[in-house]
Amino acid sequence: MAKDLVNTLADLKEQEAIKIAKDRLSAGEDPLKILEDAKKGMEIVGQRFASSEYFIPDLVYSGEILKAVTELVKPRLTKTAESKKLGKIVFGTVAGDIHDIGKDIVVFMLDVNGFEVHDLGVDVPVQKFVDKIKETGAPIVGLSGFLALAFDSMKETVEAIKAAGLRDKVKVMIGGGQMSDEIKNYTGADAYGKDAMAGVTLAKKWIGAS
Amino acid sequence: MEKKWEEMTSDEKQETLFQRWISAEGVKFASPEAEKLYKERTTRFKNALQLKTLPDRIPVFLIPSLAPAYYAGLTPHDVMYNYEKITPTWKKFYMDFQPDAHGGAFVPSPGKFLEIVDFKLYKWPGHGVSKETTYQCIEGEYMRADEYDFFIHNVLYFFNNVWPSRVFGALEPLGMLPHLAGVTEMYGVSLPFIPYGTPPVQAALKALMEAGNEAVKWIGAAGAFGMEIIAEGFPAYQVGVTKAPFDVIGDTLRGTKGIMMDMYRQPDKLIAAMEVLMPTFIKLGVDSAKQYGCPLIFMPLHKGADGFLSDEQFKKFYWPTFRDIILGLVDEGVVPFIWAEGGYNSRLEVIQDLPKGKTAWLFDQTDMARAKKTIGKVACIAGNMPMDMLTVGSTQEAIDYTKRLIDVCGKDGGYILANGAFFDEVKWDNLRAIVDTVKKFGVYK
Repeated sequence: MAKDLVNTLADLKEQEAIKIAKDRLSAGEDPLKILEDAKKGMEIVGQRFASSEYFIPDLVYSGEILKAVTELVKPRLTKTAESKKLGKIVFGTVAGDIHDIGKDIVVFMLDVNGFEVHDLGVDVPVQKFVDKIKETGAPIVGLSGFLALAFDSMKETVEAIKAAGLRDKVKVMIGGGQMSDEIKNYTGADAYGKDAMAGVTLAKKWIGAS
Repeated sequence: MEKKWEEMTSDEKQETLFQRWISAEGVKFASPEAEKLYKERTTRFKNALQLKTLPDRIPVFLIPSLAPAYYAGLTPHDVMYNYEKITPTWKKFYMDFQPDAHGGAFVPSPGKFLEIVDFKLYKWPGHGVSKETTYQCIEGEYMRADEYDFFIHNVLYFFNNVWPSRVFGALEPLGMLPHLAGVTEMYGVSLPFIPYGTPPVQAALKALMEAGNEAVKWIGAAGAFGMEIIAEGFPAYQVGVTKAPFDVIGDTLRGTKGIMMDMYRQPDKLIAAMEVLMPTFIKLGVDSAKQYGCPLIFMPLHKGADGFLSDEQFKKFYWPTFRDIILGLVDEGVVPFIWAEGGYNSRLEVIQDLPKGKTAWLFDQTDMARAKKTIGKVACIAGNMPMDMLTVGSTQEAIDYTKRLIDVCGKDGGYILANGAFFDEVKWDNLRAIVDTVKKFGVYK
C-alpha cells in the first residue's frame, strides 16, 4: 500500500494525503517524521512552481493540504518540534496598501523552506518595519505592495531603515503588482522577486552569503 | 426600408451601433471644432477596431482611475464626498491632455452612499484607508463553498437578496426575505410579507431609500460629465461593463482562494455556476450598448492572468464561458473592449480563437510584439504604457517607449495606444509627452 506522503502531497492528492497521514499516526509513527515528509512534498511543489509546471492555485492548494496534515499531527507532538531555522525575515505589505494574498503566499513558501518569518500584516507603518528589524535582528526584509502608491511607501521604508543605521545590516527584497528594475532602483531595494519562488531563491542566496 | 434589429446580421448590428455613436444625434456640440474632433475621433476608433480601413492615425487613450483628482490638487476623499467637484475635475483632465476618448467619471463612487449601505467589499478614503489614497478591495468568501447548488438554482435571488445581505452591512436583513414565487392565490398571500413588518427589515428598507436618494444626488453631479465632455468632442470608449463568469465568482463571490479550491474540490459545480451566469452577463452588455447607442462594452479581466491559472485550468475553467459571453455580445453587434490586466503572455494563442474585427484587447504586462502577431491578427490591440514609465520614468523614456510601441504595434492599423493599468498619481509631463508623441508619430501615411 502506498504510504508515500511526500509524492501524494506533491501531486496534490488531498484526500489520499490526509488518509496517509491519519493511517501513519494510528500506526504509532513519529509525528515529526510525518511532518518532515509533508515538508519534503512541499519542496517538490516549490520546485515545480519554479519550473512553471505548477502555478499559484497549486501553491495555494498545497498549502491547504499541508495545513490539514499539520493540524492532524500537532496534537501528537510531544516536544517542541522546532527544526533549525535558516534565518529570520521581516515581511509585510507596506503603508497604505492592504493587499495580502501575494504576501501570504510568499510568507508561506519562505516558512515551508525553513525561514522564521515575522509577518507584520498589511498597511504596515514605516516605523513598525524598523522596530521589528531591531527587535529580531533579521538580516532580510520583504516589502510587498500591489498599488502604485506602494512604490513611495517602499522607498520611505528603505530610507527609514537607512536612517536607523540598519541599511548595511539587511537585504531588502520587494514584490507585488508592477515590479521592474526601475521600481527597484527607485525604492532603493536590493532586488525584486517576480513570484514566490523567486523570493525564496533570493532569501536562500542572501542567507548563504551572510 | 430599414431592417428590424432582430433581422440584422451581427455585422449589420455592429455597423448600426457604430453609426449611431458617430452621428451623435441630439448632441449639442460646444463648437464646430468640437463636432469635427468628435467625428474624427469616433471614425478613427471605429477603423482601428474593425480592421477593415486604416485609420488616419493611431488613437490614443488615457484610462485614469483617480488621476484627475490628483491632477487638480484634490484627494480621492474630496471627490468621493463632494460630488459637485467630480464633473469639473474630470473635465479639466481630459481638456488639458486631449486624448481621443474618455471613460466617464464614475470612478469616484459616492462616499456617503457607501457609508449608508456599509459596503464591506472595499475600504475607501477616510474609511479604512487614508483620505489621500485610493479605494482598495477586500476579498472574502461572500458565497460559501457549500452553496453552489443553491446558487445554481436561485441565481437571481442570490444576487438580489443573499449576496447584498453579506456585502452591505445595512442590508443584512434582506437575506431573510422569501422570494414571491409562492404567491399564487388568495390563500396565504400575506405570509411572505410578514418579515417586512419587522424592525430589522424595515431598518434595511429605510437604509435602501436613503441610499437611493444619495445615489440620485451623486448621478445628478457626476452624470453631467457625460453631456459636457461629449459637447467638447470626446467620445466615450465604453458605455457599460460586463465580466467573465470566472471573475464574477472569483472577485465578488468566492474570493481568490475560494475559487482556486473550487477548481480542485468541486470543478463541475464551478463550471455549472459559470454557465448559469452567462445570459445575465451577456444581457448586461447588450442592454447598455443599445441604451446608449454605442457598441463598446468594457470587460476587465482579473483571475485568468499569467501565473494565476495553468494553461489547462485557463482552457477548462476561464476561457469557455468567457468566450461564449464575447460571442453572445458580438452576435448583438457589441464590441467587447477587453482589459487583460496583469500578463497574458501565456494566453495569446488561446484567445486568438475569435471572429475578426469584433473585439479589442487592452494589454498591461503582455509582450506587445507577440500580441500583435497572435491576437492582433483578429482583434484590435491596445496598450501598454507601463506603470513604472508613468510614475518614476523620465519624460524621454516615456517618449522612447511610445515610439517603440508605435513601431511594433502600429503597422497596418488595429492598434490603440493606452496605459496598461489604471493610474492615480503619475508624472503629468509624461502623460502629455505620450499623447503628443502619438499625435506626431502615429499618423498613417
